[in-house]
Amino acid sequence: MVVERNGRPARRVINAEMDEPELTARLAIDLDGAFEALVRAHSDRLYAIALRLTGSPADAEDLVQDALVRAYRALGSWEAARIRDVALRPWLASIVVNLARNRARARAVRPATTSLAHELTHPRLAEPAGRERETPHGRLDRREAGEAWAARFLALPERYRGPLVLRCVDGLSYDETADVLGRPTGTVKAQVHRGLALLRAALEAETAPPSRTQEALR
Amino acid sequence: MNPPIHSLGDPVVEADDLESLLGARRVAGPATLVPATLIAVGLADAYAPLATAIGEVRVAFNGLGVSAVEDAPDDPAFEAWFRATHARAAHRAIELPTRLASAIRRRLAGDRRVRVPLDLRGHTDFEREVWAKALEIPHGEVRPYGWIAAEIGRPNAVRAVGTALGHNPVPLIVPCHRVVRSDGSIGQYSLGGPINKRALLASEGLDPDGLESLARAGVRYLGSDTTRIFCLPTCHNARRIADRHRVPFRSAADGVRAGYRACLECRPAIAA
Repeated sequence: MVVERNGRPARRVINAEMDEPELTARLAIDLDGAFEALVRAHSDRLYAIALRLTGSPADAEDLVQDALVRAYRALGSWEAARIRDVALRPWLASIVVNLARNRARARAVRPATTSLAHELTHPRLAEPAGRERETPHGRLDRREAGEAWAARFLALPERYRGPLVLRCVDGLSYDETADVLGRPTGTVKAQVHRGLALLRAALEAETAPPSRTQEALR
Repeated sequence: MNPPIHSLGDPVVEADDLESLLGARRVAGPATLVPATLIAVGLADAYAPLATAIGEVRVAFNGLGVSAVEDAPDDPAFEAWFRATHARAAHRAIELPTRLASAIRRRLAGDRRVRVPLDLRGHTDFEREVWAKALEIPHGEVRPYGWIAAEIGRPNAVRAVGTALGHNPVPLIVPCHRVVRSDGSIGQYSLGGPINKRALLASEGLDPDGLESLARAGVRYLGSDTTRIFCLPTCHNARRIADRHRVPFRSAADGVRAGYRACLECRPAIAA
């Protein structure tokens, strides 16, 4: 198991790009021993997906953690053969996408409550000092969430966001993206193209020089 | 010009373009994401200090419940101890979660209605039975090791009960400090030794010295000549007996011979 010493993670002892078959084979033999490798290999990419879908770093962290807990429980209930055969990348992405959708719906009905069980599974950990990924790169990435692209992205109709994130940010294939979202591949392709076009138009509208009318009004 | 990062067909998407439209592809999740996830599923733990009658202790927990209570001198010492005993990492939390801290405090103050979830994986059924029985001992009362052995149907396992209590990973919450030797002396305590055990009992309103001198005088049970019921000396029913009605017994047999019956709450007759 990859251990943390002095709060500094022994990162990439297990490669983040570890071959999926190797990881799923290890998970099938020893879930508890190999699950940390799964978390280390997938948490950043799942966070990138969740950040786009929620627009909030705090919600994204919460959501990815819950998604990984669900993944752990699911794997724990599966037989070894099923674990070996799972396509981890699209499967984990689908848990995040579904959770994000369910939460957006639930939040519209009632606000989130905290229970003892929630507290136990969401401890407020002290940030280890001098942690390389927090300085300055991590912070930059987090700040970015509040930047212009995020506002433009969240202004898109909801149906475009999933295809764009899974295909263009996470790099899933069109077929995998279609599977995760439960939509036909052709639809997903069209939504990616249309979504990008909308984003580009929004970007151009912001960066375009003021029109004559606007000049005249000054 | 950068090459296209994906063949998206028409329109061709350039890497720079995509980044301005969708943000950086590479995003590092917060540093706490990995440990928090492992804690949630019970493959690691969080911990924070808790103020108690015997000073500050550290309480470890994960998604399954509280896993350890220990009086380590500082965080590094606690983390090293935790890894050695639990074979998992313990990560410092800013503080104990509010509801958990309140549940533990209410428990320590004697409220047995509040449930504190416990993570007792890796322990034997016997140990768990002993701890579950210890949880029934009321605040401010003590029971002999033999009482637990008898109550769980293993009257001859007195020594094993003592060992199991010594292995209690969550002292204070599972109140092993309320279990004393069958001869009435206070006995050993895993969390900082007998001094702490006496301090805890005193903080619950008991007089450890008085208990021991009563035991030295050979008194194991107290009866009331009005109700003709006898109890363990710290049973709340025994403590209500007025001085002039209090009748000491050296054994349960003595009580029965005198025409008394055992209290139904502290159940002394089956105590060794």
